[in-house]
Amino acid sequence: MTDFAQLVVAKYNYWIYITLMMIGLYAIISKNNLVKKILGMNIFQTAIILFYVSIGAKKGATIPILEHGHGPAHGAGSHVVHAADYMNPLPHVLMLTAIVVGVATLGVALALALKVYRHYHTLEEDEILAQIRKK
Amino acid sequence: MSTQYPALVVVVPLLSAFLISAAGWANKRLCFPIAVVALAISTYSCFGLLVRVLNEGVVVYRWAGWDPPWGIAYYVDHLNALVLTVVAVVSLINLVATKKSIDEEFPDKLGPFYSLYVLMVTGCLGIVATGDAFNLYVLLEISALTGYGLLAMGSKGRAPLSTLNYLYMGTIGACFYLLGIGYLYIVTGSLNMVDIAGILPSLYQSKAVMAAFIICMVGVWLKMALFPLHAWLPNAYTYAPSAASSLIAPLATKVMIYVMIRLILTVFTPEFAFTTLSVSNAVVWLAVIAIVVGAVLALQERSLKKMLTYVIVAEVGYMVGGAWLGNSAGMTGAILHIVNDALMTLCVFLAVGNIVYKAKGHCFEDLQGLFRKMPFTMGGFVIGALSIIGVPPTCGFFSKWYLISGAIKAGQYHFMAALLFSSLVCVVLFFRIIEIGYYEPFSEEHGHGHGHHQEPSMEEAPLSMVVPLLIVAAGLVVVGLYTGDIVEHIIRFAIPKGLA
Repeated sequence: MTDFAQLVVAKYNYWIYITLMMIGLYAIISKNNLVKKILGMNIFQTAIILFYVSIGAKKGATIPILEHGHGPAHGAGSHVVHAADYMNPLPHVLMLTAIVVGVATLGVALALALKVYRHYHTLEEDEILAQIRKK
Repeated sequence: MSTQYPALVVVVPLLSAFLISAAGWANKRLCFPIAVVALAISTYSCFGLLVRVLNEGVVVYRWAGWDPPWGIAYYVDHLNALVLTVVAVVSLINLVATKKSIDEEFPDKLGPFYSLYVLMVTGCLGIVATGDAFNLYVLLEISALTGYGLLAMGSKGRAPLSTLNYLYMGTIGACFYLLGIGYLYIVTGSLNMVDIAGILPSLYQSKAVMAAFIICMVGVWLKMALFPLHAWLPNAYTYAPSAASSLIAPLATKVMIYVMIRLILTVFTPEFAFTTLSVSNAVVWLAVIAIVVGAVLALQERSLKKMLTYVIVAEVGYMVGGAWLGNSAGMTGAILHIVNDALMTLCVFLAVGNIVYKAKGHCFEDLQGLFRKMPFTMGGFVIGALSIIGVPPTCGFFSKWYLISGAIKAGQYHFMAALLFSSLVCVVLFFRIIEIGYYEPFSEEHGHGHGHHQEPSMEEAPLSMVVPLLIVAAGLVVVGLYTGDIVEHIIRFAIPKGLA
């Protein structure tokens, strides 16, 4: 295997998020239909959410819940908690907020697209620009 | 009470948004007073906070008693306290000044409009107050999403379309910021700005840290409309309702400049930004291009409001360039210009709001004879214009002075040349407006030869719109006269000692 292929396989999560991000960016820049642009924007946001989720995951780790409870009754100290055994929950929790933000952004964007459609009776950007130029 | 100021600044407007939406259903006339009371409490807390910071130094507020770096903490130092006060004052004055135009434009949407208004202000205040990098992202999106709502309420068709363009760019910008914070989190394991700053110095050679810094910067530049990432700004602000554009134009870009300065000064260190990463020359060049292009594009506009939006693009170049000069005079100029530019943008946009309210348009043809019809509005506009040009004793002169002396100290003469060039262009821009407003229409008296030449009667905007405008205009002069004190007592402490 070449070095480059090894680099791709070893860090595949980063390559996936970058690919998704670029797909989203491409759609925002080059698509003519407003809804397609909005979907591209959403793919862009999702790519970053996936990036965060992937950095919290670890190989062979489990969900971050301590099974043996806590307090002296359960014999504290008998289990030593290794951080490497558990996934990092913080990036995942952060992404709950980011998902909410993404949904809100999508909602606002679609509402705006609806307003545009009601006024110009089309969602194609070139047709809208032609109408604006005619005035 | 005074220990809770950092919380009150943000929480009171946030909760009032719910009250306003409820009041919108019950009795529409309650919306405005609730918004005014909420923002007045917020402004009072900002001033209280500023006084506390001046007396005691940095104020740390632990939300719900959780210690940083686990909980979210607000760190208010001289830089935040100053910007917080400006944001609160600008939003309160604009709220009072635009009541009449809001009543006229959206008689049946008062509840939604005022709740979006206070939420937008909440977002801006939160961005400035917070000491947590992820919290900043959330507040960024709060202020951006509500801002889209406000901007899209303008002219049918054009406003939603240009706001949609703003939304794509704004979302990409915020996502880039989030991505940069993700990189920082990978290398430091922390989201607290002060905590990150403590961990980073040993990692400055790491590629991930450099990538984090650059990605964050690109995101922030997109949100502040630094050329060539400015394309969303002019249309979004031009087609917005006057009340929304005079709120968002002074605040949104200036708050993002604050974020940039905060990232440079606190999260990373000036040595890292200016020395380790040798990009500051390139950024200053970018700012120079932004200033020149903004000024030239402003020159070709035939609409007052759109012309002013390009002036904002040029002003963003001033502040970015000043911050990246890498010396304390430039940084002082940039911070001072955040304050001054917020006030002078508010001043000219309020004047445009009054003109639109009476003349029903903001094209150059609508401005004819306005000095006779609206002498007070135009008086306020002229003071704002003089400040943007940079005529003493208005405040615009002093921040430009600091920026230019910073440019000379850093040996960046092209930045100085760009500042002087844009000042000259501003002279042309604003004197053209004054000429149209003062001397036109002249053709009627001479061309038609009618015996009676009637003086156009005065049709000034309502008092509630003119008085706040004149207060802001007077404020420009007062801030200008007290520049020495502001720099000596506040901004001097905001700049780290290491910066030469």
